[in-house]
Amino acid sequence: MTVQTPNGFTLDTAGKRVVVDPVTRIEGHMRCEVNVNDQNVITNAVSTGTMWRGLEVILKGRDPRDAWAFVQRICGVCTGTHALTSVRAVEDALGITIPENANSIRNIMQLCLQVHDHLVHFYHLHALDWVNPVNALKADPNATSQLQQQVSPSHPKSSPGYFRDVQNRLKAFVESGQLGPFKNGYWTNPAYLLPPEADLMAVTHYLEALDFQKDIMKIRTVFGGKDPHPNWIVGGVPCAINIDGVGSVGAINMERLNLVSSIINDSITFVNNVYIPDIVAIGSLYKGWLYGGGLSSQAVLAYGDIPDKANDYTAANLMMPHGAIINGNLKEVHEVDLRDPEQIQEFVPHSWYAYADEKKGLHPWDGVTQPNYQLGPNLVGSRTNIQQIDEGGKYSWIKAPRWKGHAMEVGPLSRYIIGYAKGHTEITDQIKGLLGQLNAPVEALFSTLGRTAARALEAQWAAYKMRYFMDKMIANLKAGDSSTANTTNWRPETWPKEAKGVGFTEAPRGALAHWIKIKDMKIDNYQCVVPTTWNGSPRDNEGNIGAFEAALMNTRMERPEEPVEILRTLHSFDPCLACSTHVMSEDGQELTDVRVR
Amino acid sequence: MGDKQHILVLGIGNLLWADEGWGVRVVEDMHRRYEFPDNVRLLDGGTQGLYLVQDICDADALLVFDAIDYGLEPGTLKLVEGAEVPRFMGAKKMSLHQTGFQEVIMSAELLGRCPRHMLLVGLQPVELEDFGGSLRDISKAKMPDAIAAGLAWLGRFGITARERAEPLAAAATIASAEMALDLYEQGRPSETEACRTADIRFVGKPPREP
Repeated sequence: MTVQTPNGFTLDTAGKRVVVDPVTRIEGHMRCEVNVNDQNVITNAVSTGTMWRGLEVILKGRDPRDAWAFVQRICGVCTGTHALTSVRAVEDALGITIPENANSIRNIMQLCLQVHDHLVHFYHLHALDWVNPVNALKADPNATSQLQQQVSPSHPKSSPGYFRDVQNRLKAFVESGQLGPFKNGYWTNPAYLLPPEADLMAVTHYLEALDFQKDIMKIRTVFGGKDPHPNWIVGGVPCAINIDGVGSVGAINMERLNLVSSIINDSITFVNNVYIPDIVAIGSLYKGWLYGGGLSSQAVLAYGDIPDKANDYTAANLMMPHGAIINGNLKEVHEVDLRDPEQIQEFVPHSWYAYADEKKGLHPWDGVTQPNYQLGPNLVGSRTNIQQIDEGGKYSWIKAPRWKGHAMEVGPLSRYIIGYAKGHTEITDQIKGLLGQLNAPVEALFSTLGRTAARALEAQWAAYKMRYFMDKMIANLKAGDSSTANTTNWRPETWPKEAKGVGFTEAPRGALAHWIKIKDMKIDNYQCVVPTTWNGSPRDNEGNIGAFEAALMNTRMERPEEPVEILRTLHSFDPCLACSTHVMSEDGQELTDVRVR
Repeated sequence: MGDKQHILVLGIGNLLWADEGWGVRVVEDMHRRYEFPDNVRLLDGGTQGLYLVQDICDADALLVFDAIDYGLEPGTLKLVEGAEVPRFMGAKKMSLHQTGFQEVIMSAELLGRCPRHMLLVGLQPVELEDFGGSLRDISKAKMPDAIAAGLAWLGRFGITARERAEPLAAAATIASAEMALDLYEQGRPSETEACRTADIRFVGKPPREP
């Protein structure tokens, strides 16, 4: 039976069903089921968040000024971005402004997270969907050296001996029977297309990136006081700066700022010399693999981020793009108002929650998080052991957020498409440059690889913007303004009896917002709509499928029992199920279970 | 063994899920009660997975506290040493990106800088299925034993911890001052306000009635 979704996809559940649970390298909290036809083409896709999300309820009754500390514990990677979103929400509710230096520091920390997260995502969580480390053992180190010098002439680590050394280390690893990070791969699958020398180059960069990412984090330690859980504060940043090196103990001095500066320079170099050339090299060898576009060509959303001047969150002041594109019309970018009760709404007819009226969506300020674990009548299996989910009923712990009724994709690709549509000069230049190198049309962006490439371009952009804000802050400090926090309205006695606010950021994986209601100095309601809520959304009451589901549609699989293609596309979103759903699980030996029915 | 070795004392886990936060609470308590020489670093690792690789690479010896499902009686402490450590921690996925601690150790090994000595002080948790909850009494009661085991092991490296005359104030924690144990426990919303259970397919029982 085929069904036409309002957002333009033809679903057919006739073919065999493939179940992937969990989807590896993104925690065991996501499950995916697809139907494939006799050509092994995906004709139906169902994405399930398998853990309950309950962050909102534990914040109830807490001090709003502490919310950031709780939200940064929900997630193992975007600690900082949740904390930033939280303090912005509280500042918005209470009308608190922050000093210019605090804005620069927050931007540097946020941009630092973008660079760091994008780099780690590509090399350590996604590269192995394209790169085969076992094949790298067959490479001739001389050929790899030549390839390295060709794709990135300014990268110094390129000698045959260097690659031979890495190959030997890798070989020892594989021979010891401990594939470690490289286990659970489908290394004989024909979907892997790279020649051995390219595989060896990429695996080598896997190690270089692993080594380099350690340094980037030091930026957050300088400003946040400690890592991996930096400190934040409502009203600014919790660090004093003293460029003269005298005065308050513990203040950040010029030596620390110079350390930050040098890491920023190294980040720019690494992205330019390693990350971008690898994307070009891999992109050119997988150029025919243009699956996975999903909603990206028709419905994308970004709230924007990185305010140039402090306290101005209008689109004109945000250096990361803001807006919404619907119906594939790139000529019109709509304004997005996070306060308008008619724009962003969450629906639950296919989510394991209860609303009084499930035909209607709720704006997050009026959001309700009431669990209701019910399964559809066509379920195969039992409540506690699901063989095949029934997407006609409730089937996910993720709610279905919609913008004016539209299912939207968020993330680096969405931001880059919106930036391109708006004529954002830097973004347009980057996109044109990359497409030129690959000799690819702009439509190539609307794909799994487009998502992966946009992330790399954004890492490059973010690295340069760290430099911009660092220079801006130093100039401001030298001009005599060393203020980093505003403590006006810090005391709850100064607050109104009731207040509400919204804070938003562009997290590495997409648009993130927290809505808060404060009553009698305590949190009365707290709702997070996170990037993976948008991307991992289940169907809504109109039958629109979500971004993950849409992106899987019409993909041809080489071997349905080895779901490399599904992993490629889902990983390209950098999904973060921990914060969109509950993190605790009794995961045992967490090997991916793939079933074909 | 020289006394200039770098020692990392790492607490792993999520403070928001009852005994899941045990490892972090132990290291927090250890820091409040004892003073260590400069070559010992105590760290709240949370659920950071791969991002901890730098700290692990920098260490000659690694002491980890964590809640581990050994399949033992709840509240049992078990010590695991050396190459056994990653094997016991491998099953547990720490971060959202499914990098288990095993993979973190392997990554350190691939970089050629894995700690030569490792001890895992693990607790068989009593309760993980309590969202927003704190440590169970049995788990709290095991903290002094766990700390003593850790200190004894550190003694092998010539490390002597000095007990503070008075424990440091709760706000001086190496973990989260906003989530210091008392604050965290006292500020919890009531069960009628906030559902505390998770997905029944993982916890094996239906959600409690809100």
